[in-house]
Amino acid sequence: MVDYDLNGVEEDMSFLEMLDVLNEELVAKGEEPVEFDHDCREGICGTCSLMINGQPHGPDSRITVCQLHMRSFNDGDSIVIEPFRAKAFPVIKDLIVDRTAFDRIQQAGGYISVNTSGRPVDANAIPIEKDMADKSFNAATCIGCGACVAACKNASAMLFTSAKVSQFALLPQGQVEAAERVQNMVRQMDLEGFGNCTNTGACEVECPKGISLENIARMNREYLSASVKG
Amino acid sequence: MSGLTKSSIARKVVMALSGFFLVFFLAQHFTINFTSVIAPDTFNEWSHFMGYNPLVQYILQPILIAGVIIHFVMGFVLELQNNRARGVKYVKFKGSANASWVSRNMIISGLVVLAFLALHFYDFWVHEMAYKYIEFKPQDPTRYHAETVEKFAPMWRTVIYVVSFVLLALHLWHGFASAFQSMGVNNKYTPSIKAFTKVFAVVIPLGFVFIALYHHFNPLTH
Repeated sequence: MVDYDLNGVEEDMSFLEMLDVLNEELVAKGEEPVEFDHDCREGICGTCSLMINGQPHGPDSRITVCQLHMRSFNDGDSIVIEPFRAKAFPVIKDLIVDRTAFDRIQQAGGYISVNTSGRPVDANAIPIEKDMADKSFNAATCIGCGACVAACKNASAMLFTSAKVSQFALLPQGQVEAAERVQNMVRQMDLEGFGNCTNTGACEVECPKGISLENIARMNREYLSASVKG
Repeated sequence: MSGLTKSSIARKVVMALSGFFLVFFLAQHFTINFTSVIAPDTFNEWSHFMGYNPLVQYILQPILIAGVIIHFVMGFVLELQNNRARGVKYVKFKGSANASWVSRNMIISGLVVLAFLALHFYDFWVHEMAYKYIEFKPQDPTRYHAETVEKFAPMWRTVIYVVSFVLLALHLWHGFASAFQSMGVNNKYTPSIKAFTKVFAVVIPLGFVFIALYHHFNPLTH
């Protein structure tokens, strides 16, 4: 841990802008800047990933770090910033962690196979109940930031994996590979070294997109059903 | 056991199923124990049945012991794996911001209940085994109530039992509802299921507390 004193922080600055100011000061003094991940800065890409005062994405709910503003803190506060910590998220440098474990879980089954030649059927031609479409869409809003893993006392990736399983499991297009998908994605999740879910619900509370624990229950059902059917 | 531990979801299912079984046993145990307060003769009768019925003794009892062992061994396995999943710990981790103390510390409440079970087995099960299979004493269908009441005469034992039941309540508060989630049950009935599990988690352990205190403060007069 390194302590930095920072002056001139405006309450309207975003948290990442505050880090920009810090890094500009460090560079001006000829010191190494603090490395941190960021990209879209509008809460969509899931790239920013900081543990701020013991909470992923900081103290406010339903936002990512880039949407967190310095008005959420008091003047003179000491703020503890750490990278997301999990065996499956090795630290690359300073506050940047390697979250490619999520990519590998996706690659293990987070897709549907569709013929692209001949006469592909328009996806919109398949009627889907509004309730199912909404649930699938909500699951698909997961941005894969890793806050669920960071918040979980067990560093479990069940919420992420279950969202990626659910977004397909709820749609007719996802049924063909349903059993194979859930088994392969859970297998990959376990191989990556994430912990086991103990249903504390911390992931749901800290998820910037509000992904529900219902998805974990759905994945458990899908997995059990796939295992029983062999 | 290796097959049971091959996936994280399978491990949770094992915890949930063994937990459900133990919850069912607890309800049955409470029902019999409660008769020791309201109907000592019924308590003697039921205890004698449980102690000498071959189905209970040679089939259900081993299943119960296996259920307890599977539940706590799997609990330790999960705890160790979960610990390893975060090798480097956070300098600052605000667990209370997003999850209850009870849900984050099932290992503590579980260990207290396990330690209590050791005492409880020594108090009643070992005593029964010695009575029947070592000392070869004759069957006495009237002894159970008096033996039970006498066990709660010492203050230290009553206090240990009461504290353990409180920790059992905390364990059930999270564990019973959690088992449904692990089994994939999360739907429109979940609020009702949660309400039932919370009531169970409070009423049954408090009932055991009441029984322990009742016998402590109402000793038999010979």
